[in-house]
Amino acid sequence: MAADRTIPYIAGALIVACVACPFVPSWVVFIGIVSLAKGLVVLGLLVLWRTGLVSFGQSLYYALGGYAVGLAYRYGGLTDVFVAVILAAVVAGAVAFVLGFLLAGYRDLFFAMLSLAFAMILYGVLVKSESLGSTDGFTIPVPTFAGLGPGEEIAQIMLFVFTAACILAACYATQRYLSSTAGHLTTAIRDNEIRVEYLGYSVKRAIHTKYVIAAILAGVGGALVSLSVGHIDPEMTYWTTAGEFVFVAILSGSASVAAPFVGSVLFELTRSYAMQYTPLTWHMVLGAALLLLIMFLPNGLWSLFGKSARVQ
Amino acid sequence: MLTFVAIIVDALVYASWLFLVAVGLTLILGVMRVLNVAHGGFYSFGAYTAAWAIGVYFERGLPDAGSFLVLAAAAIAVGLTLGVLIERGLLRWMYDRDEVVIALITYAVFLILEDAVLLIWGVNPFFAYQPSTLLGNTDIATLPFPNYDLALVGLAVLIGGILWWALSFTRRGKFLLAVIHDREMSVFLGINVSRLFTITFIIGAILGALGGAVTAPIISVTPGIGVEVIVLAFAVVVIGGMGSIAGAAVGSLLVGLAHSAAVHLFPQIELFMIYLVMSLVLAFRPRGLFSQAQMRRI
Repeated sequence: MAADRTIPYIAGALIVACVACPFVPSWVVFIGIVSLAKGLVVLGLLVLWRTGLVSFGQSLYYALGGYAVGLAYRYGGLTDVFVAVILAAVVAGAVAFVLGFLLAGYRDLFFAMLSLAFAMILYGVLVKSESLGSTDGFTIPVPTFAGLGPGEEIAQIMLFVFTAACILAACYATQRYLSSTAGHLTTAIRDNEIRVEYLGYSVKRAIHTKYVIAAILAGVGGALVSLSVGHIDPEMTYWTTAGEFVFVAILSGSASVAAPFVGSVLFELTRSYAMQYTPLTWHMVLGAALLLLIMFLPNGLWSLFGKSARVQ
Repeated sequence: MLTFVAIIVDALVYASWLFLVAVGLTLILGVMRVLNVAHGGFYSFGAYTAAWAIGVYFERGLPDAGSFLVLAAAAIAVGLTLGVLIERGLLRWMYDRDEVVIALITYAVFLILEDAVLLIWGVNPFFAYQPSTLLGNTDIATLPFPNYDLALVGLAVLIGGILWWALSFTRRGKFLLAVIHDREMSVFLGINVSRLFTITFIIGAILGALGGAVTAPIISVTPGIGVEVIVLAFAVVVIGGMGSIAGAAVGSLLVGLAHSAAVHLFPQIELFMIYLVMSLVLAFRPRGLFSQAQMRRI
């Protein structure tokens, strides 16, 4: 890994996308924001997956991020994106820090199911709370940017640029983390926990840290999506949302920090087109695509790009 | 007192339903170590086939009592077809993959089955209330309970009993227990694990479809009924300990009690009661109630 050019490549791709933004139809910008922001959630799953863990409950933090933004507006009148994202990250991180003490002791399916249980508990709470909008959720206004309040079209483009900046920062930070000693513990834990313990590292603490990182990424992703969509509802924390993230994570592969974003963009595009052209059978199209991918690209889409990709 | 009776009976009924829905999943998970998301697809296929077959059956004006056979036949037909198709056609090529990837494959199958249901039966709801109304009600402490619901309790006990007997006292069943315990060793001892996998998957699929078929008369069969059932069944299986039939039974009872108490006493928390129970059980028994000790790999 002497000369890893992932980050410059990501930066280049994002800058091109940002420059192209004003010239493409607004629905493209919208799909861009949503898919890239969901890519952030998947990036968190990648960190966990390298450790051998799959969380079926990332939707919990995704929704927490969204609701943090929504409630900050509703009760505090805050619409600023910077405040929104920081708030979402703090809320998601804090909740994950607390739940992490329990979850860090679990592996495999039990980790997946316990995280799912937490997400579903939030779902139950949100659906039953009239003050939080119940099943309908509530709307969030067009965001402002450090005091600037542009019109809706411009705001979407600015939000895209902001999302791109968040992603670049997240990729850089995650890349740095994964190439640090603590980050290299990921695959080590996946391969053999007990040896990691013998080396003098706490497996529990390592997993706890990664869980919090994944939650923060998911929270920021949820905040960005809800700002772009302008609406939040309990569906954000339902298990199908979480399943979708896992779906994209495995479809993308875990070889590179860029993979989740490529996977996420392709997934959103496939879904949009499938919904448009075969509204009754878009699940089927997705399912068939997933099956084919698993059969012919076992290491995810990313194996198309990098031959040298590090694979377990 | 009335509330108490209502809670207990509702709990039994709900627990039986959960057990019927979850037992196929736990069987497949225990034997094959496959987290079968497609189970939700078997459930909805079973429900739709049953509802449709009941409709056709009563249109012909055939004897009422036979409708219960129709339910069972629908479940067996669906389970047999889908089970053979999916296990022989797809899953058996995938057993060397990671468990999570196999779960994802079954998720893909689930997505396909969901839309297959839409393509075959359309988006309009189906009603097959006849078998349920046919049986009438019974009063327990002045509260009327549908006999059909009470029959579900009997069915759950029957299915649980048959499975327990088959696993403990038949040759094949003992083979299955051996495979659950140690798959590699079973292969060395000459057990045809591949054939057992096929049989297990088919039985699991039939049980999943049966769960749907017996539910069809008490709900309106609409698209998307499988989605919720998957997570409920997962929760029951995880609470009980993966692959344990007794665990699934106890897990269902626990969740049934908690759920029905919540419905009658604290309706606000009813929606997530099952997940609360699951979190609590896992917090104290990290691998479920009836879990075996795990060896540590060094």
